[in-house]
Amino acid sequence: MREYAFRHRHLLGIEGLTPDDVNHVLDLADGYVELSRQPEKKRATLRGRTLINCFFENSTRTRTSFEVAGKRLGADVINMAVAVSSMKKGETLIDTAMTLNAMRPDVLVVRHPESGAVQLLSEKVDCAVINAGDGSHEHPTQALLDALTIRRRKGRLGGLLVAICGDILHSRVARSNIALLTVMGARVRVVAPRTLLPAAIEHLGVEVFHDMTEGLKDVDIIMMLRLQLERMHGSFVPSTREYFHFFGLDYAKLRLAKPDALIMHPGPMNRGVEIGSEVADDIDRSLIRHQVEMGVAVRMACLEILGRDRGDNGPALA
Amino acid sequence: MSGRRQLYRGARLIDPESGLDALGDLLVEGDRIAALGPAVAAADAETIDCAGLVLCPGLVDMRVQLREPGAEHIESIESGGQAAAAGGVTTMVALPNTEPPVDDVAVVEFIARRAREARLAKIHTYAAATKGLAGRELTEIGLLAATGALGFTDGVKAVADALVMRRVLAYARSFDQLFIQHPEEPSLARAGEVTEGEIATRLGLAGITPLAEVILLERDLRLVELTGARYHAAHVSTGEAVAAIRRAKARGLPVTCDTAPPYFVLNETAIGDYRTFAKLSPPLRSEEDRQAVVAGLADGTIDAIASDHAPWDQDSKRLPFSSASCGIVGLETLLPLALELYHTGRMTLIEVLRRMTAAPARILRLGVGRLKPGRPADLLLFDPDRPWRIETDAFRSKSKNAPFDGRPVAGQAIRTVVDGRTVFERR
Repeated sequence: MREYAFRHRHLLGIEGLTPDDVNHVLDLADGYVELSRQPEKKRATLRGRTLINCFFENSTRTRTSFEVAGKRLGADVINMAVAVSSMKKGETLIDTAMTLNAMRPDVLVVRHPESGAVQLLSEKVDCAVINAGDGSHEHPTQALLDALTIRRRKGRLGGLLVAICGDILHSRVARSNIALLTVMGARVRVVAPRTLLPAAIEHLGVEVFHDMTEGLKDVDIIMMLRLQLERMHGSFVPSTREYFHFFGLDYAKLRLAKPDALIMHPGPMNRGVEIGSEVADDIDRSLIRHQVEMGVAVRMACLEILGRDRGDNGPALA
Repeated sequence: MSGRRQLYRGARLIDPESGLDALGDLLVEGDRIAALGPAVAAADAETIDCAGLVLCPGLVDMRVQLREPGAEHIESIESGGQAAAAGGVTTMVALPNTEPPVDDVAVVEFIARRAREARLAKIHTYAAATKGLAGRELTEIGLLAATGALGFTDGVKAVADALVMRRVLAYARSFDQLFIQHPEEPSLARAGEVTEGEIATRLGLAGITPLAEVILLERDLRLVELTGARYHAAHVSTGEAVAAIRRAKARGLPVTCDTAPPYFVLNETAIGDYRTFAKLSPPLRSEEDRQAVVAGLADGTIDAIASDHAPWDQDSKRLPFSSASCGIVGLETLLPLALELYHTGRMTLIEVLRRMTAAPARILRLGVGRLKPGRPADLLLFDPDRPWRIETDAFRSKSKNAPFDGRPVAGQAIRTVVDGRTVFERR
């Protein structure tokens, strides 16, 4: 395979990646989709390497996805769940980083509830760090897996019209997807009530809509976001009933998009809140289960890129 | 009291209160200024050659946190006094947010005693406006004032409840006491850590609308009008707030305000990639607001510049952004950062100095901040042009939390004198 110089030591966010960087990850991931569909799925690419999943926030699917990805590449994978209570104020983060670093892992996969925390940790360790979600900031592998899912179905990213709908304010998935889709030349809309949109979001290069009937018109892709339980009742939206009525995806709203528009959701879904079950389960329109499959492939690609090219002389990729 | 005589010779004497800005000599006898003028004869006095230097009243810093009692490992009255002396500050006023808070006369007396023992800069304290800084019950404002508290404030918290605020102001008015507000509507600021806008959105940090400042301020101004109490808004940081204070002053309300160097030398871009040293309360603002603060200083709407010295140890700052503490140490950078207003041509030297001497002394009704025979010999001798780089590691403060490390600045304290005694000298 063509050698590509991926000029980043860590994967902390999509911001800063070039279209070539993104395509490189997606091309590599394409191969791993095929590999993962074989009965024999294991490679020795990362044999002898240690991957630590370090999750300061509960997660089942992302952690499992990284675990499967690491194991398929032959790495030793250790899962470390840091109890939420013991790091309530983040005071152990740097200590935790130092401790993990002393175990000489090759890749750390980190999720943390606070924006910027993964970057802070990455400054204290010698190995590669992959951000598996930091606060409301970034979740780069989610955006990459979404991009792979779209590219495999639509054949391209550039020129597509994508609507990201729901809780943009708190969503790291939204920020990473906006960064990735805009850098790849897609047009991005965000659709949400004003209480769920951050200030100056239009400066990120998106069109802003407050009404699904306007926002979904003629789009190729609809990305629904999860509405966290604690934000459902009166704080940001009045009720789940009202939210679903105006901002939940059902067939009536779906009809406004292009006839071949596809539906995505990063999971886990709140059925009947942001998305209706019949739409979510529509095998012709919903890519939700494909996204999970693409997740493993994309994470294999990221692990290979950041975990493989490391010689004995410390950080290989500055 | 007579005693030692010192003649500061050939200085550029600047006294903002009287408008003096001329070459001359100044004679100190004991702890007082004895004489000043174009040529003062004092044959037997120790002579200090001040050629090329400015001699002005020692700086009066009306807003510092000293962390004593309660967190002496972060800052103490002694270490804060050292930092003040090195920064040219001869009088400072501490916020009551210590542990225990300054809501009882015993704590006021404790701070006064510790300050006397340290014998560095003069240290006064504000007292809490409400018990435990909890925003509910009034403190013993009359007794605390009689013990020496210089004003009343809940420190880094606003008095949020409008009825409590009305009573604090009305009661403080009965004793002719100054109230100092942290002007930020707490319910709007509660969930945020930076000013809302593109930077907050990109970083995924919860934003606070910059209107949180003027919203609380405008409520307060109504209550000031109702009660007639003296009111001071701390660390004003937005153009809207500057405009509101400008209007209030034009209407004759007894309102003053200050700002701190971060709000006129930095904007929100200093946060960069989650730089916790640039995390402040109120948060750093847009460039437009920064410029409005500079304009407010230049036209006199903003009366004073205070350091807003807020020491924190590493454990409080080496954290994810939203968990990190708010604040910057400022005593040792107050002078050079304020002088940027002069070096960039926005203000004259005497006006910059007024905001750190005569103006805060007037607001606080202290007899310092003047070059006048009979007044305390609290003096600052400094070179307004000496170029240097800020080195946070060299701070005398126990805490080094400032986003200014390596910043090239001009202007440095050469000698700091409190009651005729040299408490700091740079060779």
